[in-house]
Order: sequence, then C-alpha cells, then structure tokens
Amino acid sequence: MSAPHDAVADSRAEDAAAPELSGVPLLEVKDLVKYFPVKSSGVLRRTIGQVQAVDGVSFTVDKGSSLGLVGESGCGKTTTGRVITRLYDPTSGTIMFEGNEIGQLNRKQMMPYRRQIQLIFQDPYSSLNPRHTVGTIVGTPMQVHQTVPKNKMLTRVQELLETVGLNPEHYNRYPSEFSGGQRQRIGIARALALNPKLIVADEPVSALDVSIQAQVVNLLQDLQKQFDIAFLFIAHDLAIVRHFCPRIAVMYLGKIVEVGDRDSIYLTPHHPYTQALLSSAPDVRQAAIGGRRERIRLEGDVPSPVNPPSGCRFRTRCWKAQEICAQEEPPLLQIGGREVACHFAEAMQVVAATEGDIAAQVEDDDRAPKLEVG
Amino acid sequence: MTEVLEGTQQGPQARSSSDTEPFLVVEDLTVQFPTHDGLVQAVSDLSYSVGLGETLGIVGESGSGKSVSSMAVLGLHDEKRTRMAGSIRIGGKEVVGAGDHTMRKIRGNDAAMIFQDPLTALHPFYTIGAQIVEAYRLHNEGNKRTAKRRAVEMLDLVGIPQPDRRVDDFPHQFSGGMRQRAMIAMAMVNNPKLLIADEPTTALDVTVQAQILDLIQKMQKEFGSAVVMITHDLGVIAEIADEVLVMYGGRAVEKGSCKQILTHPEMPYTWGLLGSIADVTGDTSKPLVPIPGTPPSLLNPPTGCAFHPRCVHKDKVPDGRCNSELPELRPGIYANHLTRCHLPDPDAIYESEVKEVVM
Repeated sequence: MSAPHDAVADSRAEDAAAPELSGVPLLEVKDLVKYFPVKSSGVLRRTIGQVQAVDGVSFTVDKGSSLGLVGESGCGKTTTGRVITRLYDPTSGTIMFEGNEIGQLNRKQMMPYRRQIQLIFQDPYSSLNPRHTVGTIVGTPMQVHQTVPKNKMLTRVQELLETVGLNPEHYNRYPSEFSGGQRQRIGIARALALNPKLIVADEPVSALDVSIQAQVVNLLQDLQKQFDIAFLFIAHDLAIVRHFCPRIAVMYLGKIVEVGDRDSIYLTPHHPYTQALLSSAPDVRQAAIGGRRERIRLEGDVPSPVNPPSGCRFRTRCWKAQEICAQEEPPLLQIGGREVACHFAEAMQVVAATEGDIAAQVEDDDRAPKLEVG
Repeated sequence: MTEVLEGTQQGPQARSSSDTEPFLVVEDLTVQFPTHDGLVQAVSDLSYSVGLGETLGIVGESGSGKSVSSMAVLGLHDEKRTRMAGSIRIGGKEVVGAGDHTMRKIRGNDAAMIFQDPLTALHPFYTIGAQIVEAYRLHNEGNKRTAKRRAVEMLDLVGIPQPDRRVDDFPHQFSGGMRQRAMIAMAMVNNPKLLIADEPTTALDVTVQAQILDLIQKMQKEFGSAVVMITHDLGVIAEIADEVLVMYGGRAVEKGSCKQILTHPEMPYTWGLLGSIADVTGDTSKPLVPIPGTPPSLLNPPTGCAFHPRCVHKDKVPDGRCNSELPELRPGIYANHLTRCHLPDPDAIYESEVKEVVM
C-alpha cells in the first residue's frame, strides 16, 4: 500500500492549512459513492433505479481532530458514516485508514480495523439491547476482539463506566434503569472499549434534552483530549457542530457543497446552501441582543435522491441559479481557505452581523426569478 | 371566504366574555396520574393566560409537564385515569370537568392543536383532503363539495403546491415539511381562536423549521389567533414568542416577556438552559456549561424547590430553605416578570457570575 501515498500527499498539499502530524491523514475518503438499488414490485424485483445517497464525497480527518458533517435529513451524512465504518459496502471510491485501503476488505480482513473505527448512534433507546446488562453491552466488543482476558474484563468495564461518568457499581443494571443521557454514556463507553482512533458519532446528542446535550458534548470533548480520538461528527444542529469541530463539511443531496474550517464556514459562507442553512438556524443570543434576524428562506424540500437535478443539485432551490447550473456540475474549488462547489460562489455574512447588515444583504440579491431548465 | 365569517360569528357568548379576560386562561391547573408506582404529579398549580394575537412560548425539558398541561387545555386526557383540578377557560368556557359533548364542540373549532410528529398524527388510510374535510364538516354545515373546496383553499393558504391535485394524496406521499403544513391546514380549517403547537418543528430540518415557523406566524396574523408554542428549543422561542413560560418539574418557574427571559433571566434553571446551548456565534473555546444531574422524577418530586438538587446557587440561600420550602412564584425585579426562586437578589448574581458564561 505504498503507491497511493504520493497521491495522498498531493491532495493534501492544497490543504496545507490543516494541522498535519505524520504526513498521512488518519482517514481519507475519496470519491466515495453509495447507491442503493430501487427494486420493482412483483416476482422478478428488477432494479429500476438507484438512490444516490452518497455521490462522490471526498474528505480527510486528521489524527485526534474532528470533522463535522452537516446537512438536512436525506443528504447522505448518515450513509457516509456507515460506509466508513463498513456497515455498508461502498459502491465505489476509496476509504483510506492510516494509508490503508479498507473499502474493499472482507469481513475477516476488516476485523483489525473495526477495533480502530467505532460508532456512536443517535438513539440511546434503540441502540442498546434491553436484555443485556450494561456490563455485557460494554464488554462484548472486548470479548469479540479478545483484547482483554476474561478475568480482567470486569475491572476494565468498570474503568470505562467511570471514564464516561457512570457509577462503576452499576455494571449489573439494565439499560431501562438509566435515563437518556446515561444511556448515551453507555453507548460511548462501548465505543471506547477498544481504544479506537476514530469515532463516527452519528447525531450523538440530538435525542437528548438540552441540559443533557451539553453534558454529553463536554464528555466527548474531554475524551477526545484524553485519548486523542478523531471524530467524524454527524449532526444537523449547526451550533453543536460548530462547537465541536474545527473543520466542517456541508452536504447536500449526496455531495459536499462546502468544506473548510469553522470560522470560514460560519462567518463567510460562500455556497448559497450553506448561507441558507446558517440563516435558518434560530439563534437565541442574536434574538436577545438585537431582535430577530432577516432570513434567507429556502422554498420546497430536498429533491429525491433517486432522480437528482442535473448539474448543480441545489439549483432547484437556489436563488442564484442560472442556465449553467443545470448544465454543468460545479466542481469543489478552493476559494479563500475553503472549498466550494458553486458557479456563483461569493462570501455572504449571515450570522454575527447586525440586523441592518443582513436586511440590506437579503434585499440586494432579492430572489431573482428561477430558471427552470430540464 | 364566507365560511370564515361564519366561523367568527359563532359563539357570541365567547366574544363578550373574552373582552374582559384573555382568550385562554389557565388557573391553578393540577394534573395527576395515579399509577401502580404512585401518583405522578405531572402539573402542579400552573397558571397562565394568552390573549388573541399573542404567542406564549412554553419551554422545558421532557417530563416538565409542558405537553400534559396543553393536552389538558384540549381535554385530551382520559378522565378515568387523570385527576385534574383548577380551571381552564377557552373564550370564557370552562374546560375542566366539561363533558365529551362540550369538548367536542370546542376542540377543532375554538381551539386546535398541531402535534410534533405529523406522520403519526395524520391517519395513513385517508387522504389529506378527506381528513381536512372531516374536521371542517364536524363544525360546519355544508355539503361535501364546499368542504372539499375549503380544504383546497386551506392547502393553498399553507403553501402546498398544486393544492387541487395534492388534496387527494395520502400522508405518505407528502414530505415531512408538507405533512406539517397539512396538519396546520387541518388545525386552522375552522378558524380557531387558539392554536396549540406542541413541538411542531422538532422533527423537521432547520430550513423547513424556518418555513413552518413563518407559516404559523402568518396564520396567526391572518386569523388573529392566540398561539401557545410548546418547545424545548430556546431558539424557536426566541424566534416567535412574545411571552415565555419556563416549566420545571411540573411547575412554572419563570415567566416574562421573551426578551426579558433571554437577557435578564432570574431563575437558575433558566440560566442553566441558556448556558447549556451552543449557538452559531458563541466562543467555541469555552466549554458548554451543562446543568448537572438529571430532571426530577414526578413520582416523588424533590422537597422544596424541585430544582434544588441540580442548582449550583442553592448555598446562597440561608437555612437550606431550598430543600425544605417551595418558593412562591413571586414578581421579579423587572415588570411583568415572575420567578420561583429563594435567591434574594438573582439579578445581581446573574450580572456578576452567570452572564459571561451564558452570553
């Protein structure tokens, strides 16, 4: 696996701003594609279409760092996370973990990597087996991978429970005896059991109450510092993602439309979708200080990924869309420290500005009539 | 829109009494559920009122009693399994203890509700149109054709494209945002004067959430309704509420105008809520400040102030009154502000200790 190293180095060259430790990023995903077949009804069940859940996604995650993946439901962020953990097989594209391709490995070959890549799920109620005790739940990964001898298992489980802020004496209890936040901690302990280098956290806090969300986010941040774990943090809550991740990728309908460090994404978003997304996030502090903001309103819903729009996938809801958007798919290009996929990318401040600024901006590019092509 | 005019003329008594008091008045409402494990004290001594054209936001964590209290307003609790006390008046009509017959007249006509999950709230077996028509015909004379026309008109009003065709679609053919729009159309079809929205945007994406909040505000303007917005998301509250009621452990703990609650909260629980949310402009190097512990059990709520086990300021109150004595809901420092806390000078503590963490 030495050949791809040069390619890796090349692609990293344009991203020199990001901290780089050993030359090879922990995780590098390139042109990742995941299609799900749509079968016809009837006996033959022919494939009549493809759900293009993830369509050519590329990004890197550095050791001990976090990449946030944001987007609306159905944009492919969860599928991306599941392909990286190999819960789904990729349709095409490469997933390089520490320079080794893991996208095409079989079950047995994958085993050593599973230890290093773990997953935290969204729903702490359905992701824990109600008939297993906490000890069994947290201990199973270690048993499967035989990382801890049987007689040390209990000590290790208790140690993990303590790490995530649970009472180590509670290893014999069942998930139903815990609250939502505590259950999420059990899920986190299970993910930590094998000392992973990368955790894919799929909406880890969105099912929790606000006061509990902060507890879990702080816990994840502490663990990241303590064990030097990299996170792929998938969420739809823009504020939480910004808080947790120094680098953020915005997805729309299976593609990354903008990726960069958090300040460039949140302060000067270039892609119209990022601007609209940020603009529609309710902001308590803004409302408290300067009243309610003017907003960019997107119309309609995300189009179907079975039959996505030609060219730029966002064009059907974009106020900037022109004819070229329907004909040519905009490539992800470097513009001022971030990568954007838009023909008409330009900076627009949508958060942390005074109300007057925003009102003026919105008036400026007051929705030009959309060109419906194709 | 003749139907709308008819709608407004219904219930002359309601009009006359609503001149003197706000449209929805909840007084000392207590809701309890007897269970095998004991008595669940879901809501205790809750009072609030909402006038026409106003929006009240109710915030709280799961189990704070916010949904239970609003379901009581529409009489949705099973009488046999619920102990209710206090008074709820919708346009002057008493709801607590009212029979099924009276409730059926009020529900959908004077007051309507939008639920969190439109997919479970809509019947999967009937078309969207049929469900709106049903809601309309329950309270209005008129044949099926007028009702159908009214349904199309409502779908158009809430922004469903091609409403004359989509009216015959089933709920599963709509997207999440469109289903919520259809729910709103159904709720507003009889021009109710009170709209209760129970976490209407929690299941939706931010971009769609923004659309739905706009729509609720637009409908409110159009019909001049009173709106009760129940949510756990302070962002949503900041967006649309005039007045805010913060609930904890089944009781109101703070009440005031939206801006006041967000800028000068006087109750440690509200401080905690504001400190624990991340926002899109905050300082990312500072850790979030969570509220320690977990929400209380309503089976045996803590003695004294329900929040005291999680409160970091309870040592500032002398004699441990926080764990022995339930604080009254008393007027705060600012006008029209109510707070349930023993702290003698909450605003000073807020300004000196809490504000920099929260803001």
